[in-house]
Amino acid sequence: MKTIRVENLSVAYRGKIALQHVNLELSAGKLTGIVGPNGAGKSTLMKGILQLIKTQSGKIFYGEEPINKQRQKIAYVEQRQDIDLSFPIDVLGVVLFGTYPHLRMFQRPGKQEKKLAAECLEKVGLSEFSGRQISELSGGQLQRVFIARALAQQAEWILLDEPFAGIDATSEKIIIDLLKELRDEGKSIVIVHHDLHKVTDYFDEVILLNKGLIASGPVAQTYTAKNMEKTYGSEIAQTMRVGGVDFAT
Amino acid sequence: MLHDFFQGLVDYQFLQNALITSIMVGISAGVIGSFIILRGMSLMGDAISHAVLPGVAISYMLGSSYIIGATFFGIFSAALIGFVGKHSRLKNDTAIGIVFSSFFALGIILISFARSATDLYHILFGNVLAVRDSDMYLTAIVMVIVLLAVLLFYKQLKLTSFAPTMAQSYGWNISLINYGLMFLLTLVAVTSLQTVGTILVIAMLITPAATAYQLTNKLSLMVGLSTLFGVLSAIIGLYFSYSYNLPSGATIVMTAAVFFIAAFLFSPSKGLIQQLRKERMYEA
Repeated sequence: MKTIRVENLSVAYRGKIALQHVNLELSAGKLTGIVGPNGAGKSTLMKGILQLIKTQSGKIFYGEEPINKQRQKIAYVEQRQDIDLSFPIDVLGVVLFGTYPHLRMFQRPGKQEKKLAAECLEKVGLSEFSGRQISELSGGQLQRVFIARALAQQAEWILLDEPFAGIDATSEKIIIDLLKELRDEGKSIVIVHHDLHKVTDYFDEVILLNKGLIASGPVAQTYTAKNMEKTYGSEIAQTMRVGGVDFAT
Repeated sequence: MLHDFFQGLVDYQFLQNALITSIMVGISAGVIGSFIILRGMSLMGDAISHAVLPGVAISYMLGSSYIIGATFFGIFSAALIGFVGKHSRLKNDTAIGIVFSSFFALGIILISFARSATDLYHILFGNVLAVRDSDMYLTAIVMVIVLLAVLLFYKQLKLTSFAPTMAQSYGWNISLINYGLMFLLTLVAVTSLQTVGTILVIAMLITPAATAYQLTNKLSLMVGLSTLFGVLSAIIGLYFSYSYNLPSGATIVMTAAVFFIAAFLFSPSKGLIQQLRKERMYEA
């Protein structure tokens, strides 16, 4: 399995620094959380890795190759609010989009692709919704459809931006269990996450950000009170502790 | 009345040309329009169809075919809107408003220099009964280009309309696809000048597509229905234009609007009446 390596990534929006000099390596086969306060550059890091935004500097490698050559190996699940739910398309149609990177320029998805999409939909437990219009689904179901889309892409890596935003606890549980299952089957999962209560439950590794990299690595060594102080400031970290956030040490 | 129209079609070539051209415009606009409304580019469509005016005027002055000048200004205005939006803090619709009204004003001034007021009137409101053979062939070529492009790049248009970021994460060049669509939009806008005129081109692009959108949840069907409504509007509108001696642009657009109102109210899935009925069911 290949790792994703970030070398000296810096991003600025309209002259304001969003992310500075990030160097890190994402471990393959793990569930990794990107954590930090609002405006810390969490989504920006993800978009920077995928080269979806203009960067000031930085190189991203997939294994030893530049990431641009291996894009189909990395699936990106964007925030639900960025998706147009009124679009005339059914659930299977969305999953089918995952097969597009494997098609030739003028090729349309055929029987084989539809079969794969149906299998991926089954994997996330939503086969019965196959023909539904996407606006009829709940937020949690929609998120699973997008994960099925990532599976149809046959990607090694799945990067999800705030997948639990605006989703009820039951759906969140279903999704995290699904993602853990995928990790156990060998996929590498990266999640932009903002709810600090679940970090120790959810992730193998964590990346702490605040406009730059604070720390990264296994949760036990990284998600410490000391590092969280560095990420959020001492006052807020103290409040979190009182509020029942479990740090690793 | 209907008999007179058919007799007219047999007797007069200008009416045949008018009908064929309107139908072809209905097809091209219906197909492209579906993608325009799904991408939230209706205002952009309106802008481009107005911004081609200086191109038409300059082409006339130089005595060349208006398609080249109009296409140039269409694409140029799209690029300029993008540029102004990117390098200012203005919202996109403001950038669109500024660019297209300025181009339109420039076009009016240029046409006033070059031609008489009657010509300006025809460009603004269309004069389908004066379609020349050359215009008809041009419209046919544009229709073929539009149909071919959408057929070949249907997959690309579908995904970039639904989730451009997803397409980008596949390594697709989404701005190339976007400009490709704007190019087609410009071609359609230019050929629509004859039938409905600059001011009403936007109606041909978005009204049949919006009607189709009300009726289906499947993109391919939406494109098909949109084409159908575009063609029906063209035929029925032309009939009223000929029979009652009304400007063709207005009658075609009004017909399209009637179809939309019907779909807006009576669509079995998304119609207003169905929605009210559902709400009442929940209340009960």
